[in-house]
Amino acid sequence: MGIKRGLKVLAVSALSLGLLAGCNSSGGSEGSNGGGGSGKVIKIATQTPLSGGSATLGESIKLGAQLALEENKKKFEDLGYKLQLQPYDDQADPKKGVANAQLIGSDKSILGVVGHLNSGVSIPSSEVYEKYKVPMVSPANTATEVTDRGLKTVNRIVARDDFQGPAGADFAINKLGAKKIFVIQDKTAYGTGLADAFKEAAEEAGAEILGYEGITVGEKDFNGVLTQVLSKKPDLVFFGGLYTEGGQLIRQARDKGIKIPFMGGDGMDSSTLVEIAGDSVKDVYYTSVAADASKSTEGKDFSSKYKEKFNKNVESYSAYGYDSMSVLLKGLETAIEGSDGDLPAREKVAEEIRKIQDFQGVVTKVEFDDIGDNKFAKVYIYKFSEAKYPGVQEGEISK
Amino acid sequence: MLAEILQSLPQVLVDGIALGAIYAVIALGYTMVYGILELINFAHGEIFMTGAFIGVAMLILMTGMGWLAAMPAILALILVLVVTSILTGFMGVGIERMAYRPLRNSPKLITLISAIGVSFLLQDLVRFITEYKRGNYILTGPSMFNEQFSIKFSSISSSFSDAFFKTSTMILIIAVVIMMIGLDFFVNKTKWGMAMRAVAQDRETASLMSINVNKVISLTFFIGSALGGATGVLFAVQYGTIDPYIGFILGLKAFTAAVLGGIGNIRGAMAGGLMLGILEMFAAANLQLLTGGIFGAEYKDVFAFAILIVVLIFKPEGLFGKAVTEKV
Repeated sequence: MGIKRGLKVLAVSALSLGLLAGCNSSGGSEGSNGGGGSGKVIKIATQTPLSGGSATLGESIKLGAQLALEENKKKFEDLGYKLQLQPYDDQADPKKGVANAQLIGSDKSILGVVGHLNSGVSIPSSEVYEKYKVPMVSPANTATEVTDRGLKTVNRIVARDDFQGPAGADFAINKLGAKKIFVIQDKTAYGTGLADAFKEAAEEAGAEILGYEGITVGEKDFNGVLTQVLSKKPDLVFFGGLYTEGGQLIRQARDKGIKIPFMGGDGMDSSTLVEIAGDSVKDVYYTSVAADASKSTEGKDFSSKYKEKFNKNVESYSAYGYDSMSVLLKGLETAIEGSDGDLPAREKVAEEIRKIQDFQGVVTKVEFDDIGDNKFAKVYIYKFSEAKYPGVQEGEISK
Repeated sequence: MLAEILQSLPQVLVDGIALGAIYAVIALGYTMVYGILELINFAHGEIFMTGAFIGVAMLILMTGMGWLAAMPAILALILVLVVTSILTGFMGVGIERMAYRPLRNSPKLITLISAIGVSFLLQDLVRFITEYKRGNYILTGPSMFNEQFSIKFSSISSSFSDAFFKTSTMILIIAVVIMMIGLDFFVNKTKWGMAMRAVAQDRETASLMSINVNKVISLTFFIGSALGGATGVLFAVQYGTIDPYIGFILGLKAFTAAVLGGIGNIRGAMAGGLMLGILEMFAAANLQLLTGGIFGAEYKDVFAFAILIVVLIFKPEGLFGKAVTEKV
């Protein structure tokens, strides 16, 4: 979400990048903690927000990654290496993310990064990773730009933003049986992009688009557009936008007696939506790139392991943190084997991670395409059947 | 095409009048202050927003203490309306005293900038307090007056469809009508109203006629802000959710409505508000039909403002403004 913010972030990071790069060329610190008798140390970094508003999610990714790392420790000791986790706090702030990325880049014993939570942080930071050839596996970034730049080190295991629309259309037409659809968007880059992708996919699948209308962010009265919905009688309304307008739209639609299902993207994935719409939120669907871990047996096992170890409940991205770390370590292992037990170069690790095939994680299968997107990434459909957040997972759509 | 427009017309009118009523009362605040001081009080939209927050805070508090369940909802609403309008009224007086009166003799532009400053201050103050108390600046009030009604237009003629609305829409429209009639009566029939009109016509001469100009100006701000605050409460009840930025767009449109009706003219503001609301709603519902799908509902503001420009080209003083006329 938030291309606008992404741009701002890019500008800021370009600046700070220049600054930091200047500092570093003279410094060039050696990763000297590698010594000692008990084999060489390999560090894997995590970069997520550990403080601030999204600390809960950031922490859960870190803990998921930590769990995977600890489970793999034994294997790497047999190979003669000591694995260590090096958590960084990016504070959900691109500037901090880039600064940390510089530290990571200059610490030669770090061979990979699991992160970030925010696409806005991930995009500038990964420029630094690319410079130092540090491979990154992202558990949560959905912005298309993350992989579209074609960086060799950047991979992600979740779906891309531009797959949400088609996935939503697939579900709406094949599962909900919608034939006549009304599309509303909020005129932002995110909302229009999502709505356009949905519309295109829905038309291709044979649904009729009865209307395609825009609303203005910040307004509260959407009755005009809803009057159109009322008179055209569609069987589904798709909304491309965020929860503030979404909640209001749903509420006013229900007040007008429009009882058909509503659908939206991950911009609707918020407890505030439920707060705004109240009971009207029933029969609202939204797409999300995160699976409900409790739906599969592997997921349940993971949840109980996680709970036992950290005494915390899993969050939506915990398992993705775990899977990201597992993928990264798998690549590292292959790279070590490939270099006959010597410490592999970072490029080599990055190459091996990109080459991974058919890796079965806890919540997702992983295989990267040539720009680092996961071929098996899925989009999950959630439904509110009562005024309670989060909704219930109703289905999953794969590419 | 015409049949389809006719079909949805009842619904468009009901929604348009509800939205237009809100514009109209906020426009009153702009027009009264302009009439008397020739100042565009840009903080007025924020006073409306603050009123909405005070109202919702009171409703939440009353729900928490169980009062809301104990008394009839309409009584609770009247209580909240009265308290909120008194609070925002005094707030308006305070703003005038602190931010405008010291600048009264300086160039008009200075006061205007001061008004914009006050508007930002209020916005962020409300956001800060709400975020501090609730952790989220988007506030949702208890849901009230949610019963749905429909007017059976279809029984008049089958070319109309029924119009749906909520009790709160009805309450909103009735309350706004009462406020407007009350204000009109006050300005035209009472002694204080006469003083206000006198100050609007000529401040210095009025002061020579033993009118306390400062008091009259304070009173104008009190009434304008009280009406704005009360509308805020009605808005919050009608739409359920409010945030600190609702005053901006609404204030802008209400100001436009005031200009459309002829700024400085109270009846003009009422008519301008209603007209803008209905035009906007009509455009949102029918623009696609009218233009054959080229322009969608997102161009509703363009449509409404294009009409505004046309009106102002032919009648620069606004619909109800006369070249030389009593203001306020």
